[in-house]
Amino acid sequence: MENIINIFIKSIFIDNMVFAYFLGMCSYLAVSKTVKTSFGLGIAVVFVLLITVPVDYLLNEYVLKEGALKWLGEGFAEVDLSFLSFIMFIAVIASMVQLVEMIVEKFAPALYSQLGIFLPLIAVNCAILGGSLFMQERQYASLAEATSFGLGSGIGWLLAIVGIAAIREKLKYSDIPAPLRGLGITFIVTGLMGIAFMSFMGIQL
Amino acid sequence: MSDKEPLFSAKNRKLMTNPLNAQNPITIQVLGICSALAVTAKLEPAIVMSISVMFVVVFANVIISLLRNTIPARIRIIVQLVIVAALVIIVDQILQAFAYEVSKQLSVFVGLIITNCIIMGRLEAFALGNKPWQSALDGVGNAAGYGIILVIVAFFRELLGSGTLTLPGLGTLHIIPQFIYDLGYQNNGLMILPPMALVTVAVIIWVQRSRNKDLIES
Repeated sequence: MENIINIFIKSIFIDNMVFAYFLGMCSYLAVSKTVKTSFGLGIAVVFVLLITVPVDYLLNEYVLKEGALKWLGEGFAEVDLSFLSFIMFIAVIASMVQLVEMIVEKFAPALYSQLGIFLPLIAVNCAILGGSLFMQERQYASLAEATSFGLGSGIGWLLAIVGIAAIREKLKYSDIPAPLRGLGITFIVTGLMGIAFMSFMGIQL
Repeated sequence: MSDKEPLFSAKNRKLMTNPLNAQNPITIQVLGICSALAVTAKLEPAIVMSISVMFVVVFANVIISLLRNTIPARIRIIVQLVIVAALVIIVDQILQAFAYEVSKQLSVFVGLIITNCIIMGRLEAFALGNKPWQSALDGVGNAAGYGIILVIVAFFRELLGSGTLTLPGLGTLHIIPQFIYDLGYQNNGLMILPPMALVTVAVIIWVQRSRNKDLIES
């Protein structure tokens, strides 16, 4: 249990998707103009990561990994399909996003009208595929660990995008050198936020 | 390709040269930032990454452009993802076979070429509406524009951060001579850390936009 909480905290603060690995930067830069929309996108990312990481974990564990197909019989014990993982993961992500979109539309129309435009964008957000690939690389021991990693990275991403959106709303009133306006200053502020997040390094429960 | 138009007409050359500066994918179109920042702590992975991206963009552009009239619009994203993913698997396997060390350093970022927005962006914006040859040129141009930024960022980060330059085939070169260290010079360890990649890109944007006033955002 402690291990799971540890992974959760670590993936929010120390291995933050945006500040430590620059994942999901494209939508992070494009959608962070106002706090409201960035919060919507952040929630959608948390949602999708929470679903895709465990699903990809099961896929990796029972289909793709070397020896994962053992349950099919002895003849399959040697099969290593890990070279297929990119294409399988992206297929899972694309279909999950579609599925989530349909379910949310059916059962929570209010949420859908808020998330609606962002959901298709998420299929090509590198944070989502990155979550699955990191999960595969770090070889989490159980489904619970993988889930807490997915949830943690999603929340870390949400924190980052809401933070930058709040700063950008204030930046509108500052006197920034003209060539640095817009994209340039956003990069610098993200860098400074990254340095601030580095102070979490080494935290262990 | 019409018969009258030469292969490298002025218009086609523009497709290749525009993305190097005025239409740069990273600093102007804001595409493909994720991988650009993460692999630039050393020069070698940055160069390998640029070459891999160029391979994927060019081939994906050509394939999508050949198929552009047969792909139904509703499922085009999935088709694009499958083609890109297949190309990325080829790149990944080649890297693992012939450049294992670099492939380890790039880790998940090779896989993340799939969701690199440059690729999807160029497919959507260009390859779906243009002929294969133009699409190939567009791919080369955009990948080169991406590569230039990667190499510039990696050059400064490695030089200032570790005092070395790592080139493919040449190994690690110690650029800053020992006597400068003896005089009290220190490597700036901050340059190696992730946040400085962002600041380095910001400085490039700053320089580029001060030289070209049209690019300034209002």
